Amino acid sequence: MTLQEIKEILKCDVLCGEEVLDSLQIEKAFAADLLSDVLAYAKEGTLLLTGITNQQVVRTVEMLELRGIVFVRGKKPDAETITLARSKNIPMLTTRYLMFETCGRLYQRGLTGCIECV
Amino acid sequence: MAGADNTILLEKTYTLQGGDFIRAGEISSSIKKILKEIGIDSQIIRRMAIASFEAEINVVCYAEQGTFNLTITPDTLKVVVQDVGRGIADIELAMKEGYSTATEQIREMGFGAGMGLPNIKKNVDRLAIDSLVGKGTRIEMVIDMKNLNQQDDNLNG
Repeated sequence: MTLQEIKEILKCDVLCGEEVLDSLQIEKAFAADLLSDVLAYAKEGTLLLTGITNQQVVRTVEMLELRGIVFVRGKKPDAETITLARSKNIPMLTTRYLMFETCGRLYQRGLTGCIECV
Repeated sequence: MAGADNTILLEKTYTLQGGDFIRAGEISSSIKKILKEIGIDSQIIRRMAIASFEAEINVVCYAEQGTFNLTITPDTLKVVVQDVGRGIADIELAMKEGYSTATEQIREMGFGAGMGLPNIKKNVDRLAIDSLVGKGTRIEMVIDMKNLNQQDDNLNG
């Protein structure tokens, strides 16, 4: 599905990357509030669902070549973090749904995890 | 390695201060950019970016200062991190997944799960760690350029 569809499913606000919503295809997702786990398990091209909003989340996405970030629980990063994401062409959205709801709604629509178990 | 081509194609040094969580990641970002510019295989770039980012996080979390040295030869990609800091008392224990000495602040940032060194090991072909308690730690991370399928073997297992 496209990032635009994800935006609609999760009723997201877009923080940056508005211009790529229609063109960016998302096939897999990874959800975690622990960046250590993201770094250890998330595969390239994955959409990250997280409640962590510091600059390191952008760095993590950059190193792993993930496709974008959806912040859950209505979390929003600060302006510096948004600027960093914009400079790295990483789209960022925020949803008011909690982590479980966010994952469930996307899974129900056909999005699967980038890794099933460790 | 017998017959290895050790000609240094590029060498670069960076420094990072302990506690500087904002800048952690800049070195790996810069290394990634350099590797991309010289046309290194994208899977190798990703592996070294992850390993070096984990090392940066370790420096800002646990050391006072760290120096990163990137060396590229036709056969290998090497990043050596030398830090000044508390050192690691038991390296074998530090290599175990889940073992961590992280503070609450580090955990709140999303790190300190005891996955850093094991994840570095998973992403590089050779990892050497030397540490002196109270002085600092040196880690040497090497990826062989001619070993392109390593990541699949390691990560999909």
